[in-house]
Amino acid sequence: MASKTLYSDPRLKKRDDFEDILEERRNSSDLRYALRCYTPLLYKGITPCKASMLKTTVLKSDHVHYVIQQLSKEMGESPDIIKEEAAEILEEMAQSLQLGIIRFFAFTLSKAFKKLFQRVKVNEEGIQRLQQAIQEHPVVLLPSHRSYIDFLMLSYILYTYDLSLPVIASGMDFLGMKIVGEMLRMSGAFFMRRSFGGDKLYWAVFSEYVKTMLRIGYAPVEFFLEGTRSRTCKSLTPKLGLLNIVTEPFFKGEVFDVSLVPISISYERVLEESLYAHELLGVPKPKETTSGLLKARKMLGDDFGSIHVYFGHPVSLRSLTQKKINRSNFNLVPRHIPRKPTEDIQAFVNNTGYRMVRLQQENMVVSPWVLIATILMQDLPGVDSDYLIEKTAWLRSLALLFGAFLDWPDHVPTSKVVASSVALHHNIVRNVNGRVVLIDEEKPNDNSSDDLVFKKAVTVLMCASYRNQIMHVFIRPALVAAAIHTACNARKEEVFSYFNFLRELFANEFIFTPGNAVQDFEDGCYLLVKCDAVQILKQDFVVTETGQSTISFLVAMLRPFLEGYQVVCKYLSEEVIEGFTEMQYVPAVRTFAVKMIISGSLKSYDVLSSDMQKNCLAALLRLNVLRKTKLADQITIKINQAAVTRLVDALDGKTPVQKAALARL
Amino acid sequence: MTRRQAMLEVLNGVCIQMWSFHYTLHGSSMASDSNISELQQNAKERLKVISGHLQKPANREQLRVSANDCKAEAADQSLEKNRAIPKRRQEILKWNGWGYNDSKFMFNKKGQAEFTGKRYRLSGMVLPALREWFEKTFGASLEHKTPARSALNPSEVPPPILNEGFVQDLKGTAIPFSHEAEDRIFRAHGHCLHEVFALREGKFERVPDLVVWPNCHKEVEKIVELACKHNICVIPFGGGTSVSNAVECPSDEKRTILSLDTSQMNRILWIDEKNLTAHVEAGIVGQDLERLLNESGYCTGHEPDSMEFSTLGGWVATRASGMKKNIYGNIEDLVVHIRMVTPRGVIEKSCQGPRMSTGPDIYHFIMGSEGTLGVVTEVTIKIRPIPEYQKYGSVVFPNFDQGVACLREVAKQRCAPASIRLMDNEQFQFGHALKPQVSSIFTSFLDGLKKFYITKFKGFDPNQLCVATLLFEGDREKVLQHEKQVYDIAAKFGGLAAGEDNGQRGYMLTFVIAYLRDLGMDYYVIGESFETSVPWDRVLDLCSNVKERIIRECKEKGVQFPPLSTCRVTQTYDAGACVYFYFAFNYRGLSDPVHVYDQIEHAAREEILANGGSLSHHHGVGKLRKHWLQETISDVGLGMLRSVKEYVDPNNIFGNRNLL
Repeated sequence: MASKTLYSDPRLKKRDDFEDILEERRNSSDLRYALRCYTPLLYKGITPCKASMLKTTVLKSDHVHYVIQQLSKEMGESPDIIKEEAAEILEEMAQSLQLGIIRFFAFTLSKAFKKLFQRVKVNEEGIQRLQQAIQEHPVVLLPSHRSYIDFLMLSYILYTYDLSLPVIASGMDFLGMKIVGEMLRMSGAFFMRRSFGGDKLYWAVFSEYVKTMLRIGYAPVEFFLEGTRSRTCKSLTPKLGLLNIVTEPFFKGEVFDVSLVPISISYERVLEESLYAHELLGVPKPKETTSGLLKARKMLGDDFGSIHVYFGHPVSLRSLTQKKINRSNFNLVPRHIPRKPTEDIQAFVNNTGYRMVRLQQENMVVSPWVLIATILMQDLPGVDSDYLIEKTAWLRSLALLFGAFLDWPDHVPTSKVVASSVALHHNIVRNVNGRVVLIDEEKPNDNSSDDLVFKKAVTVLMCASYRNQIMHVFIRPALVAAAIHTACNARKEEVFSYFNFLRELFANEFIFTPGNAVQDFEDGCYLLVKCDAVQILKQDFVVTETGQSTISFLVAMLRPFLEGYQVVCKYLSEEVIEGFTEMQYVPAVRTFAVKMIISGSLKSYDVLSSDMQKNCLAALLRLNVLRKTKLADQITIKINQAAVTRLVDALDGKTPVQKAALARL
Repeated sequence: MTRRQAMLEVLNGVCIQMWSFHYTLHGSSMASDSNISELQQNAKERLKVISGHLQKPANREQLRVSANDCKAEAADQSLEKNRAIPKRRQEILKWNGWGYNDSKFMFNKKGQAEFTGKRYRLSGMVLPALREWFEKTFGASLEHKTPARSALNPSEVPPPILNEGFVQDLKGTAIPFSHEAEDRIFRAHGHCLHEVFALREGKFERVPDLVVWPNCHKEVEKIVELACKHNICVIPFGGGTSVSNAVECPSDEKRTILSLDTSQMNRILWIDEKNLTAHVEAGIVGQDLERLLNESGYCTGHEPDSMEFSTLGGWVATRASGMKKNIYGNIEDLVVHIRMVTPRGVIEKSCQGPRMSTGPDIYHFIMGSEGTLGVVTEVTIKIRPIPEYQKYGSVVFPNFDQGVACLREVAKQRCAPASIRLMDNEQFQFGHALKPQVSSIFTSFLDGLKKFYITKFKGFDPNQLCVATLLFEGDREKVLQHEKQVYDIAAKFGGLAAGEDNGQRGYMLTFVIAYLRDLGMDYYVIGESFETSVPWDRVLDLCSNVKERIIRECKEKGVQFPPLSTCRVTQTYDAGACVYFYFAFNYRGLSDPVHVYDQIEHAAREEILANGGSLSHHHGVGKLRKHWLQETISDVGLGMLRSVKEYVDPNNIFGNRNLL
């Protein structure tokens, strides 16, 4: 359903206009701005409550009380001791939102943002919708996550528009930062451990804390569905823990409804772009430290272009559940007793997670540079700038046809747009004698050493991260194109089978709503027909004459991914005899791929990315090509070599893939 | 398929208390005096008032009738005069609205609201604040009227489908019957909104073809036997106060539909003072039963808000609940013995032991059977001496949450008074709108002072505060003690005692409130009440979610004006409470207001179920809520009920199609 509304005709999508909020900041006093009267409209059903009161409420809650009693029985520990532990957890986790610190941030961030960014553009209609939503029901803010800036930016914007400031679920890592961690706490951040699997007390305290804030309408609750910053700039598959927590009060009738607000934050140039590329190549993420932050000041001299923040339409949880969830299933057990969600609840929450990520994607703004990067990635190390301009114009119209949300300046010739984009991303490309090439490409064919490969890989992965920003627009038609290209014949059912095979394979790589294969296929077909690339005659696909280049382009867009997965398979069949551990896997594949690159047998650098390697591993486990076994406390991954061979053949189109269920086609 | 029987009159207890509020039937406030005999006198007086709004009970009727012999009674010509509701209901009841012909709300020439007639305490009084409240709450205007058809036009009533054989045989029995249009129309409906709305517009669908008035158990047996013989459909009819569509005739019923009016089976057959029970014919109306028992110094204590009109048989058939159930129990606690005529024969138990372990209690197949299995003809019911002392009371809470917390605590300590009800702020305000004109400057000064004290001095927000009304009953001493205990608890939740008067008005208003719907319907306002029961921990969430759902559904369905969406907690139990919702809106601008109303009520019920509420606390299922019965009692549960129906009434003689 969602994808129907999303994709049936992307052109019909109406999007709001943007306003630049920095403009006013450049023309008036930041100090006055930071000290101005701030009186947001609140939730109409709010129970007034101070941050410190929240903690008491949580500790006294039936839920926490119940869990403490249970644990006390299980462990033979006195409830008081466990309660103290709970209080400590709460102490560590709780936010302490204070207007003073907000004002401090309002001032300093104004200064910083003005230096870093040309514009911060916000859809004001979205802000109005949000303001309305905040008054009516508890609100959950679900921003995309590409940068540490995200949550600062969001709070900054909400302050600017006089909206309620959110409380934000953040990783514990920030607490490691002296002063800064506490400042974040005072600006509304609350901290969760990255993993607390099995710790019932922690889960109880944490979930009750979040639910309490939601129930009483304390403040909008903000968290990142993707769980972490996407280093690749592709959306990550949704993590469901917090989504489960914030949906529960509705299921249990504790609130009338909850508004889920997808927010898309798009960066023309991501602050962490180089860090990410390094991380993906195995250089550990620098620890969040205050001194690190101070060092990062040097970035203030650089230009990071524009940011677009799009507040999507609030989605009513109540309306999502209609006819899907029977809330009376919660009638028979007291509501404070924690229970594992039933299967239909899990499926619903999972589906909702995907739906929200898709909604984020839908309103991600794509900059011209993303188109350029997409083209470059197919023609590394570089192309003639005339060709690039022509191709960019072509890709622009294709992307628009497919419903991309492009930020293209009015009345500016394509050549100028390309030139300024190239200039902005001077750390990735430069224009050398009429050719736009990646930097460090002066000696393009020198792949002689690991070091050089690494250096080059950093640039390529940075470039790839921009291409990735538009993958969600192209992925469905691209998979259909690849299926037409590879399938044994052009019959619709064959094409669908192969499409479905790829879709399954890439389910960790791209966002596909589970169970929505037919719709995804129809959407892909629809777009290919719409751009005149194919015609569907009866049950056969026919690629039109003019469509050939489109199909090739789309297939080429997918190629790095296909190649990456093939490399992993090759590694598995050539290098692994019995099995391997998860620890060994990433470095081993990387080493293997580097060798291939040095030897010239592999052109694509994408597979060096640990993200792709991990996605591939997950896919192979999911498809039962690999299998986890536990041997003496160590998890070993076993290979089914026959399955690997079958997979490789299928990827090459040598053997038809298994028929998918076609009933609904 | 099949169905039911009757009683349906049902629903008695049930029904209709639309909007409740203050003010009372009559006069003087209950005893707070120490003179015992005066107290008793007062108590009697009050009960008389509640029960018999007849001006003058004519000469006393014999209390003890000789056994169940119908003949004894043929001689008793005075009996009819002694009953509140005559056999020809049309003589004193409205044909298209609630209650007595002579009692109704109207706006007088000055545009002020008043209540006509002489039956109730509010009768003849002017209610100066009602108009403003009415216009403000609903956006209604006295300019925009929607008057009802003035008179029933018998020629518009569909002609009866008569099974000649049955009619012949019935004549042979000498049991009175009629197929006059008026008699049939009066037994064709309960008091659901759509039923009354249709009457006001003069629209009739399927109505009973025949009305029969058996005088005793034996005659019922005879009628049911003939009905089986000729395969006609029998719908039992008692007080006609159903709000679940239970009395409505299935529109596709092709057989002759016989309305079996139990009203003439209205005698107390005996009173057993040793065991404190009374054996009573099931057609007796609540107010008559109470009045007659009072004459012997007893009462049942069962006081559903509909007790002026609903009957004992109807209470049994719907599992009725009475306002004072905390002392006397609900109908299932009160009943000792039941006799019911079914197509298979008579069902009853062989003794009157107070409790039995003899397999599942067969009376529980009868209680709540809603007329689908047979006709309840006689009931042995517990009685109690009339309480020595009664006292009303009320408590103001700063908000609804505190009020609910207090009720919960009262229930926890098991010290609930005879009745304790908590209304939300909207109802509190509504109650104010129903205050009669104040007679003296002094009273109005006092009122002003009270208001000042509560809102200014105590800091209660007039848009948040809510009121609990209380009724204590028993020995004077114990009542006073009890009262203190309850007020002490209330104080812990910020409650302030707000006087006896307010409490008494709250209860008495219950009896006139149903009349208000008719007034609304004259001015484009339609509404209804519905109820549920819910565990304590979900009371608040359920109340607020259901109210919100109603408001939203109204908006979505195109209702042009904000609705009245309000609730109160009317009963407390160990494990939960009964919650009553009132919902009304101005339907100007809607082409099919009743349909819109039904959709919204449906949505509200879905919301109730999703929030842990039950399908019904005491109104019953009828046809209105059948849709949800399966999910409420499970497939197997429904199958069990079906198999009982199939055994008892394989040809669906009791074909009102309630419940299953």
